Amino acid sequence: MRRFTAALFLLGLGVMIAAIYQHIDFSNTAVNAGQAINAVAAEETGAANFVTSVVLAYRGIDTLLELTILFTAAMIGGMVLGRRRVDAPRDPDAGFILRTGADLLFPLLLVVGLYIILHGHLTPGGGFQGGVILAAAFFLPLLARPGITLIDQRVVSLVEGLAGATFISIGLLAMFDGKEFLTPLLDKGELGALISAGTLPILYLAVGIKVGSELAGLLAHLAEAEALD
Amino acid sequence: MEVVVLVVVIVMLLSAVAVLLFKDFLAALAAMSVVSLGLSFLFVVVRAPDVAMTEAAIGAGLSSLLFALALRRLGLWRGQ
Amino acid sequence: MDILDSNTILYIAAFGLMLIGISGIVISNHLMRIIFGIALLEAGANLLLMLSTYHEGAAAPIIVDGNVPAMMADPVPQALVLTAIVIGVGILALALSLAIRVQRAYGTLDMREVRLKLEQEISADAGIDMPSSSEKPADIAKVPLNSVVQQESGS
Repeated sequence: MRRFTAALFLLGLGVMIAAIYQHIDFSNTAVNAGQAINAVAAEETGAANFVTSVVLAYRGIDTLLELTILFTAAMIGGMVLGRRRVDAPRDPDAGFILRTGADLLFPLLLVVGLYIILHGHLTPGGGFQGGVILAAAFFLPLLARPGITLIDQRVVSLVEGLAGATFISIGLLAMFDGKEFLTPLLDKGELGALISAGTLPILYLAVGIKVGSELAGLLAHLAEAEALD
Repeated sequence: MEVVVLVVVIVMLLSAVAVLLFKDFLAALAAMSVVSLGLSFLFVVVRAPDVAMTEAAIGAGLSSLLFALALRRLGLWRGQ
Repeated sequence: MDILDSNTILYIAAFGLMLIGISGIVISNHLMRIIFGIALLEAGANLLLMLSTYHEGAAAPIIVDGNVPAMMADPVPQALVLTAIVIGVGILALALSLAIRVQRAYGTLDMREVRLKLEQEISADAGIDMPSSSEKPADIAKVPLNSVVQQESGS
Protein backbone atom coordinates (compact mmCIF):
# COMPACT_ATOMS: atom_id res chain seq x y z
CA MET A 1 0.00 0.00 0.00
CA ARG A 2 2.80 2.34 0.88
CA ARG A 3 4.64 1.59 -2.33
CA PHE A 4 1.52 2.22 -4.38
CA THR A 5 0.94 5.66 -2.86
CA ALA A 6 4.66 6.43 -3.24
CA ALA A 7 4.52 5.56 -6.95
CA LEU A 8 1.42 7.72 -7.36
CA PHE A 9 3.15 10.63 -5.63
CA LEU A 10 6.18 10.30 -7.89
CA LEU A 11 3.99 10.18 -11.00
CA GLY A 12 2.26 13.39 -9.96
CA LEU A 13 5.64 14.99 -9.25
CA GLY A 14 6.87 14.03 -12.72
CA VAL A 15 3.79 15.53 -14.39
CA MET A 16 4.23 18.76 -12.42
CA ILE A 17 7.89 18.99 -13.43
CA ALA A 18 7.06 18.50 -17.10
CA ALA A 19 4.50 21.30 -16.81
CA ILE A 20 7.03 23.63 -15.16
CA TYR A 21 9.54 23.00 -17.93
CA GLN A 22 7.31 24.69 -20.49
CA HIS A 23 7.63 28.01 -18.68
CA ILE A 24 11.27 28.28 -17.63
CA ASP A 25 13.51 30.33 -19.91
CA PHE A 26 17.03 29.40 -18.92
CA SER A 27 19.14 31.76 -20.97
CA ASN A 28 17.41 35.01 -20.16
CA THR A 29 16.87 35.11 -16.44
CA ALA A 30 15.39 38.34 -15.19
CA VAL A 31 17.98 38.91 -12.48
CA ASN A 32 20.86 40.83 -14.02
CA ALA A 33 23.06 41.05 -10.96
CA GLY A 34 25.57 38.64 -12.50
CA GLN A 35 26.16 40.81 -15.56
CA ALA A 36 26.56 43.90 -13.41
CA ILE A 37 29.09 42.13 -11.19
CA ASN A 38 31.06 40.89 -14.19
CA ALA A 39 31.41 44.42 -15.50
CA VAL A 40 32.79 46.02 -12.34
CA ALA A 41 34.41 43.22 -10.31
CA ALA A 42 37.90 43.61 -11.73
CA GLU A 43 38.26 47.27 -10.73
CA GLU A 44 36.37 47.15 -7.46
CA THR A 45 38.03 44.15 -5.83
CA GLY A 46 41.15 43.47 -7.90
CA ALA A 47 40.55 39.70 -8.03
CA ALA A 48 40.92 37.93 -11.36
CA ASN A 49 38.53 35.15 -10.29
CA PHE A 50 35.07 36.65 -10.14
CA VAL A 51 33.57 33.78 -8.19
CA THR A 52 36.05 34.53 -5.38
CA SER A 53 35.02 38.17 -5.39
CA VAL A 54 31.35 37.16 -5.13
CA VAL A 55 31.98 34.65 -2.33
CA LEU A 56 34.13 36.93 -0.19
CA ALA A 57 33.39 40.51 -1.13
CA TYR A 58 29.86 40.76 -2.46
CA ARG A 59 28.29 37.95 -0.39
CA GLY A 60 30.67 37.67 2.51
CA ILE A 61 27.98 37.10 5.12
CA ASP A 62 26.80 33.98 3.26
CA THR A 63 30.28 32.51 3.68
CA LEU A 64 30.28 33.37 7.38
CA LEU A 65 26.93 31.65 7.90
CA GLU A 66 28.07 28.63 5.92
CA LEU A 67 31.10 28.30 8.19
CA THR A 68 28.73 28.41 11.14
CA ILE A 69 26.61 25.61 9.69
CA LEU A 70 29.67 23.46 9.08
CA PHE A 71 30.93 24.11 12.61
CA THR A 72 27.57 23.16 14.12
CA ALA A 73 27.34 19.95 12.08
CA ALA A 74 30.87 18.89 13.05
CA MET A 75 30.29 19.68 16.71
CA ILE A 76 27.00 17.78 16.93
CA GLY A 77 28.48 14.86 15.02
CA GLY A 78 31.34 14.69 17.49
CA MET A 79 28.96 14.89 20.46
CA VAL A 80 26.63 12.20 19.13
CA LEU A 81 29.41 9.72 18.43
CA GLY A 82 30.82 9.79 21.93
CA ARG A 83 34.14 8.57 23.12
CA ARG A 84 35.91 5.33 22.54
CA ARG A 85 36.29 2.94 25.47
CA VAL A 86 39.85 2.97 26.75
CA ASP A 87 40.36 -0.79 26.63
CA ALA A 88 38.81 -1.33 23.18
CA PRO A 89 41.13 -3.19 20.77
CA ARG A 90 42.83 -1.06 18.17
CA ASP A 91 43.15 -2.01 14.52
CA PRO A 92 46.55 -3.28 13.45
CA ASP A 93 48.85 -1.11 11.34
CA ALA A 94 48.17 -1.14 7.63
CA GLY A 95 50.42 -2.94 5.16
CA PHE A 96 53.72 -1.73 3.76
CA ILE A 97 52.25 -0.12 0.65
CA LEU A 98 49.77 2.04 2.53
CA ARG A 99 52.32 3.13 5.12
CA THR A 100 54.92 4.15 2.54
CA GLY A 101 52.32 5.73 0.28
CA ALA A 102 50.90 7.78 3.16
CA ASP A 103 54.37 8.98 4.14
CA LEU A 104 55.10 10.07 0.58
CA LEU A 105 51.72 11.62 -0.10
CA PHE A 106 51.48 13.70 3.07
CA PRO A 107 53.89 16.53 2.03
CA LEU A 108 52.55 16.50 -1.55
CA LEU A 109 48.95 16.93 -0.43
CA LEU A 110 50.00 19.66 1.99
CA VAL A 111 51.74 21.62 -0.79
CA VAL A 112 48.88 21.17 -3.27
CA GLY A 113 46.29 22.20 -0.68
CA LEU A 114 48.15 25.34 0.35
CA TYR A 115 48.77 26.24 -3.31
CA ILE A 116 45.08 26.01 -4.15
CA ILE A 117 44.13 28.09 -1.10
CA LEU A 118 46.66 30.85 -1.72
CA HIS A 119 45.92 31.19 -5.45
CA GLY A 120 42.18 31.33 -4.93
CA HIS A 121 41.83 34.82 -6.33
CA LEU A 122 43.77 34.08 -9.54
CA THR A 123 42.77 30.61 -10.72
CA PRO A 124 39.81 28.33 -9.95
CA GLY A 125 40.17 27.19 -6.39
CA GLY A 126 40.07 28.83 -3.04
CA GLY A 127 39.46 28.09 0.59
CA PHE A 128 36.90 25.31 0.38
CA GLN A 129 38.67 23.12 -2.16
CA GLY A 130 42.07 23.60 -0.55
CA GLY A 131 40.61 22.99 2.90
CA VAL A 132 39.19 19.63 1.81
CA ILE A 133 42.59 18.61 0.41
CA LEU A 134 44.28 19.66 3.67
CA ALA A 135 41.79 17.55 5.66
CA ALA A 136 42.63 14.55 3.47
CA ALA A 137 46.35 15.24 3.97
CA PHE A 138 46.02 15.14 7.75
CA PHE A 139 43.76 12.11 7.76
CA LEU A 140 45.90 9.84 5.58
CA PRO A 141 48.59 9.04 8.21
CA LEU A 142 45.79 8.17 10.65
CA LEU A 143 44.51 5.57 8.17
CA ALA A 144 47.97 4.05 7.75
CA ARG A 145 48.85 3.81 11.44
CA PRO A 146 45.70 3.77 13.57
CA GLY A 147 47.59 3.81 16.85
CA ILE A 148 49.21 7.23 16.67
CA THR A 149 47.41 10.34 17.77
CA LEU A 150 48.30 12.74 14.99
CA ILE A 151 45.07 14.69 15.36
CA ASP A 152 44.68 15.81 18.94
CA GLN A 153 41.13 17.04 19.39
CA ARG A 154 42.12 19.98 21.57
CA VAL A 155 44.65 21.29 19.03
CA VAL A 156 42.06 20.92 16.26
CA SER A 157 39.49 22.91 18.24
CA LEU A 158 42.06 25.61 19.00
CA VAL A 159 43.14 26.00 15.38
CA GLU A 160 39.57 26.04 14.18
CA GLY A 161 38.52 28.67 16.70
CA LEU A 162 41.49 30.89 15.89
CA ALA A 163 40.82 30.71 12.15
CA GLY A 164 37.16 31.59 12.62
CA ALA A 165 38.09 34.48 14.92
CA THR A 166 40.53 35.77 12.30
CA PHE A 167 37.80 35.84 9.68
CA ILE A 168 35.41 37.77 11.91
CA SER A 169 38.04 40.20 13.19
CA ILE A 170 39.12 41.14 9.65
CA GLY A 171 35.48 41.83 8.95
CA LEU A 172 35.19 43.94 12.08
CA LEU A 173 38.29 45.97 11.16
CA ALA A 174 36.34 47.47 8.29
CA MET A 175 33.75 48.73 10.73
CA PHE A 176 36.35 50.72 12.64
CA ASP A 177 37.01 52.56 9.40
CA GLY A 178 33.39 53.59 9.12
CA LYS A 179 32.49 51.16 6.30
CA GLU A 180 30.24 48.13 6.55
CA PHE A 181 31.07 44.69 7.96
CA LEU A 182 33.36 42.60 5.72
CA THR A 183 34.22 45.34 3.21
CA PRO A 184 37.57 44.41 1.61
CA LEU A 185 40.41 46.61 2.85
CA LEU A 186 44.06 47.13 1.90
CA ASP A 187 45.60 48.01 -1.39
CA LYS A 188 44.21 46.34 -4.50
CA GLY A 189 47.52 45.81 -6.28
CA GLU A 190 47.73 44.89 -9.92
CA LEU A 191 45.44 42.34 -11.49
CA GLY A 192 46.98 38.89 -11.75
CA ALA A 193 49.80 39.24 -9.23
CA LEU A 194 49.97 36.90 -6.26
CA ILE A 195 49.78 39.69 -3.70
CA SER A 196 46.75 41.58 -4.86
CA ALA A 197 43.05 42.02 -4.12
CA GLY A 198 43.53 43.38 -0.61
CA THR A 199 42.32 41.20 2.25
CA LEU A 200 40.74 38.56 0.00
CA PRO A 201 43.65 36.04 0.11
CA ILE A 202 43.90 36.42 3.91
CA LEU A 203 40.18 35.74 4.29
CA TYR A 204 40.41 32.70 2.06
CA LEU A 205 43.40 31.43 4.06
CA ALA A 206 41.34 31.67 7.26
CA VAL A 207 38.42 29.87 5.58
CA GLY A 208 40.69 27.13 4.23
CA ILE A 209 42.36 26.42 7.56
CA LYS A 210 39.03 26.39 9.38
CA VAL A 211 37.35 24.02 6.93
CA GLY A 212 40.42 21.76 6.82
CA SER A 213 40.78 21.40 10.56
CA GLU A 214 37.04 20.87 11.07
CA LEU A 215 36.79 18.11 8.50
CA ALA A 216 39.99 16.45 9.74
CA GLY A 217 38.62 16.41 13.28
CA LEU A 218 35.32 14.96 12.10
CA LEU A 219 37.02 12.22 10.09
CA ALA A 220 39.25 11.35 13.02
CA HIS A 221 36.18 11.08 15.27
CA LEU A 222 34.47 8.75 12.81
CA ALA A 223 37.56 6.63 12.35
CA GLU A 224 38.09 6.21 16.07
CA ALA A 225 34.61 4.87 16.68
CA GLU A 226 34.83 1.17 17.34
CA ALA A 227 34.30 -1.10 14.38
CA LEU A 228 31.39 -3.48 14.63
CA ASP A 229 32.50 -6.71 12.93
CA MET B 1 29.82 17.81 -28.04
CA GLU B 2 26.23 17.11 -27.28
CA VAL B 3 26.70 13.40 -27.85
CA VAL B 4 29.34 13.37 -25.09
CA VAL B 5 27.02 15.22 -22.72
CA LEU B 6 24.21 12.80 -23.53
CA VAL B 7 26.39 9.76 -22.86
CA VAL B 8 27.62 11.17 -19.52
CA VAL B 9 24.07 12.01 -18.43
CA ILE B 10 22.82 8.51 -19.29
CA VAL B 11 25.67 6.85 -17.37
CA MET B 12 25.04 9.16 -14.40
CA LEU B 13 21.30 8.41 -14.26
CA LEU B 14 21.88 4.66 -14.56
CA SER B 15 24.40 4.80 -11.72
CA ALA B 16 21.94 6.78 -9.61
CA VAL B 17 19.32 4.05 -10.09
CA ALA B 18 21.98 1.44 -9.31
CA VAL B 19 22.75 3.13 -5.98
CA LEU B 20 19.26 2.26 -4.79
CA LEU B 21 19.15 -1.23 -6.26
CA PHE B 22 22.46 -2.80 -5.18
CA LYS B 23 22.23 -5.10 -2.19
CA ASP B 24 25.87 -4.69 -1.27
CA PHE B 25 26.50 -1.27 0.25
CA LEU B 26 30.09 -1.12 -0.95
CA ALA B 27 28.87 -1.36 -4.55
CA ALA B 28 26.32 1.37 -3.85
CA LEU B 29 29.16 3.56 -2.55
CA ALA B 30 31.11 3.00 -5.78
CA ALA B 31 28.04 3.94 -7.86
CA MET B 32 27.68 7.13 -5.77
CA SER B 33 31.25 8.06 -6.71
CA VAL B 34 30.41 7.58 -10.39
CA VAL B 35 27.45 9.96 -9.99
CA SER B 36 29.74 12.57 -8.41
CA LEU B 37 32.26 12.18 -11.21
CA GLY B 38 29.62 12.64 -13.91
CA LEU B 39 28.26 15.67 -12.07
CA SER B 40 31.73 17.21 -11.96
CA PHE B 41 32.02 16.80 -15.73
CA LEU B 42 28.63 18.45 -16.26
CA PHE B 43 29.70 21.41 -14.15
CA VAL B 44 32.62 21.97 -16.54
CA VAL B 45 30.19 21.91 -19.47
CA VAL B 46 28.22 24.81 -17.95
CA ARG B 47 31.46 26.82 -17.64
CA ALA B 48 31.99 26.60 -13.87
CA PRO B 49 35.51 25.32 -13.07
CA ASP B 50 35.37 26.37 -9.40
CA VAL B 51 32.26 24.36 -8.71
CA ALA B 52 33.59 21.39 -10.70
CA MET B 53 36.74 21.31 -8.58
CA THR B 54 34.71 21.49 -5.37
CA GLU B 55 32.37 18.70 -6.46
CA ALA B 56 35.30 16.48 -7.50
CA ALA B 57 37.17 17.02 -4.23
CA ILE B 58 34.14 16.64 -1.99
CA GLY B 59 31.90 14.22 -3.84
CA ALA B 60 34.45 11.73 -5.04
CA GLY B 61 36.82 12.23 -2.11
CA LEU B 62 35.42 13.26 1.23
CA SER B 63 31.86 11.97 0.85
CA SER B 64 33.01 8.48 -0.18
CA LEU B 65 35.46 8.47 2.75
CA LEU B 66 32.67 9.40 5.18
CA PHE B 67 30.41 6.66 3.84
CA ALA B 68 33.21 4.07 3.99
CA LEU B 69 34.07 4.91 7.61
CA ALA B 70 30.42 4.78 8.64
CA LEU B 71 29.87 1.45 6.85
CA ARG B 72 32.84 -0.05 8.67
CA ARG B 73 31.48 1.14 12.00
CA LEU B 74 28.02 -0.27 11.23
CA GLY B 75 29.36 -3.66 10.25
CA LEU B 76 28.03 -3.52 6.68
CA TRP B 77 31.50 -3.64 5.16
CA ARG B 78 31.89 -7.29 4.30
CA GLY B 79 28.79 -7.80 2.14
CA GLN B 80 25.47 -9.18 3.19
CA MET C 1 12.22 14.66 -28.28
CA ASP C 2 13.55 15.48 -31.74
CA ILE C 3 15.39 18.65 -30.75
CA LEU C 4 17.78 17.56 -28.03
CA ASP C 5 19.91 20.54 -27.15
CA SER C 6 22.16 20.82 -24.13
CA ASN C 7 19.58 22.67 -22.07
CA THR C 8 16.99 19.92 -22.29
CA ILE C 9 19.52 17.20 -21.54
CA LEU C 10 20.83 19.00 -18.45
CA TYR C 11 17.32 19.75 -17.27
CA ILE C 12 16.37 16.09 -17.59
CA ALA C 13 19.53 15.12 -15.70
CA ALA C 14 18.83 17.51 -12.83
CA PHE C 15 15.20 16.52 -12.36
CA GLY C 16 15.97 12.87 -12.94
CA LEU C 17 18.48 12.92 -10.11
CA MET C 18 16.03 14.71 -7.83
CA LEU C 19 13.26 12.21 -8.64
CA ILE C 20 15.54 9.24 -8.05
CA GLY C 21 16.65 10.73 -4.76
CA ILE C 22 13.09 11.37 -3.58
CA SER C 23 11.98 7.89 -4.58
CA GLY C 24 14.93 6.46 -2.65
CA ILE C 25 13.91 8.32 0.50
CA VAL C 26 10.22 7.43 0.23
CA ILE C 27 10.43 3.78 -0.81
CA SER C 28 13.47 2.43 1.04
CA ASN C 29 13.39 0.45 4.23
CA HIS C 30 17.03 0.61 5.24
CA LEU C 31 18.40 3.77 6.84
CA MET C 32 21.62 3.75 4.77
CA ARG C 33 19.62 3.82 1.54
CA ILE C 34 17.65 6.77 2.81
CA ILE C 35 20.95 8.59 3.42
CA PHE C 36 22.10 7.72 -0.11
CA GLY C 37 18.80 9.15 -1.36
CA ILE C 38 19.43 12.40 0.54
CA ALA C 39 22.86 12.71 -1.09
CA LEU C 40 21.38 12.13 -4.57
CA LEU C 41 18.65 14.70 -3.97
CA GLU C 42 21.25 17.27 -2.96
CA ALA C 43 23.33 16.58 -6.08
CA GLY C 44 20.27 17.02 -8.29
CA ALA C 45 19.31 20.30 -6.62
CA ASN C 46 22.84 21.70 -7.08
CA LEU C 47 22.79 20.80 -10.77
CA LEU C 48 19.41 22.51 -11.15
CA LEU C 49 20.79 25.70 -9.62
CA MET C 50 23.77 25.63 -11.97
CA LEU C 51 21.56 25.59 -15.05
CA SER C 52 20.98 29.32 -14.74
CA THR C 53 24.68 30.08 -15.16
CA TYR C 54 25.17 29.26 -18.78
CA HIS C 55 24.37 31.43 -21.79
CA GLU C 56 25.16 30.48 -25.36
CA GLY C 57 28.78 31.16 -26.18
CA ALA C 58 29.77 32.32 -22.68
CA ALA C 59 33.17 31.71 -21.10
CA ALA C 60 34.16 30.96 -17.51
CA PRO C 61 34.15 34.06 -15.26
CA ILE C 62 37.93 34.27 -14.79
CA ILE C 63 40.38 36.69 -16.35
CA VAL C 64 43.48 34.85 -17.59
CA ASP C 65 46.56 36.74 -18.80
CA GLY C 66 44.78 40.01 -19.04
CA ASN C 67 42.35 39.35 -21.89
CA VAL C 68 38.75 39.74 -20.88
CA PRO C 69 36.27 37.53 -22.76
CA ALA C 70 33.33 39.23 -24.40
CA MET C 71 30.59 37.39 -22.55
CA MET C 72 31.10 35.60 -19.24
CA ALA C 73 28.94 33.19 -17.31
CA ASP C 74 27.00 34.32 -14.26
CA PRO C 75 29.16 34.09 -11.11
CA VAL C 76 26.40 34.44 -8.50
CA PRO C 77 24.83 30.94 -8.79
CA GLN C 78 28.33 29.47 -8.83
CA ALA C 79 29.12 31.08 -5.49
CA LEU C 80 25.83 29.82 -4.04
CA VAL C 81 26.35 26.25 -5.25
CA LEU C 82 29.93 26.29 -3.89
CA THR C 83 28.66 26.80 -0.36
CA ALA C 84 25.75 24.43 -0.95
CA ILE C 85 28.07 21.53 -1.78
CA VAL C 86 30.11 22.03 1.38
CA ILE C 87 26.95 22.28 3.48
CA GLY C 88 25.81 19.00 1.89
CA VAL C 89 28.91 17.29 3.23
CA GLY C 90 28.24 18.65 6.71
CA ILE C 91 24.67 17.32 6.61
CA LEU C 92 25.92 13.93 5.41
CA ALA C 93 28.39 13.69 8.29
CA LEU C 94 25.64 14.51 10.80
CA ALA C 95 23.23 11.99 9.23
CA LEU C 96 25.84 9.21 9.40
CA SER C 97 26.59 9.97 13.06
CA LEU C 98 22.88 9.76 13.85
CA ALA C 99 22.61 6.45 11.96
CA ILE C 100 25.44 5.02 14.08
CA ARG C 101 23.58 6.17 17.18
CA VAL C 102 20.32 4.58 16.01
CA GLN C 103 22.07 1.27 15.54
CA ARG C 104 23.63 1.50 18.96
CA ALA C 105 20.22 2.18 20.55
CA TYR C 106 17.94 -0.21 18.65
CA GLY C 107 20.32 -2.82 17.28
CA THR C 108 19.05 -2.64 13.72
CA LEU C 109 18.84 -0.21 10.83
CA ASP C 110 15.65 -1.55 9.25
CA MET C 111 13.14 1.28 9.56
CA ARG C 112 10.12 -0.97 10.05
CA GLU C 113 11.63 -2.60 13.14
CA VAL C 114 12.85 0.75 14.45
CA ARG C 115 9.34 2.20 14.11
CA LEU C 116 7.86 -0.80 15.89
CA LYS C 117 10.30 -0.55 18.80
CA LEU C 118 9.74 3.21 19.02
CA GLU C 119 5.98 2.74 19.33
CA GLN C 120 6.46 0.05 21.93
CA GLU C 121 8.71 2.28 23.99
CA ILE C 122 6.37 5.24 23.74
CA SER C 123 3.30 3.27 24.75
CA ALA C 124 5.20 1.58 27.57
CA ASP C 125 6.31 4.94 28.92
CA ALA C 126 2.88 6.51 28.58
CA GLY C 127 1.06 3.51 30.00
CA ILE C 128 -1.39 3.04 27.14
CA ASP C 129 -1.88 0.26 24.63
CA MET C 130 -0.01 0.17 21.38
CA PRO C 131 -2.01 1.56 18.43
CA SER C 132 -3.12 -1.22 16.11
CA SER C 133 -1.76 -1.08 12.63
CA SER C 134 -4.16 -0.64 9.71
CA GLU C 135 -1.82 -2.46 7.30
CA LYS C 136 -1.62 -5.85 8.93
CA PRO C 137 -4.61 -8.21 8.81
CA ALA C 138 -6.40 -9.04 12.03
CA ASP C 139 -4.58 -11.49 14.19
CA ILE C 140 -5.79 -14.94 13.22
CA ALA C 141 -4.96 -16.52 16.57
CA LYS C 142 -7.44 -14.30 18.39
CA VAL C 143 -10.45 -15.56 16.45
CA PRO C 144 -11.63 -18.75 18.27
CA LEU C 145 -11.58 -21.79 16.03
CA ASN C 146 -15.01 -23.11 17.07
CA SER C 147 -16.95 -20.18 15.62
CA VAL C 148 -15.37 -20.64 12.19
CA VAL C 149 -16.17 -24.37 12.15
CA GLN C 150 -19.77 -23.74 13.28
CA GLN C 151 -20.34 -21.15 10.56
CA GLU C 152 -19.02 -23.47 7.86
CA SER C 153 -21.13 -26.39 8.91
CA GLY C 154 -24.19 -24.17 9.43
CA SER C 155 -24.14 -22.64 5.93
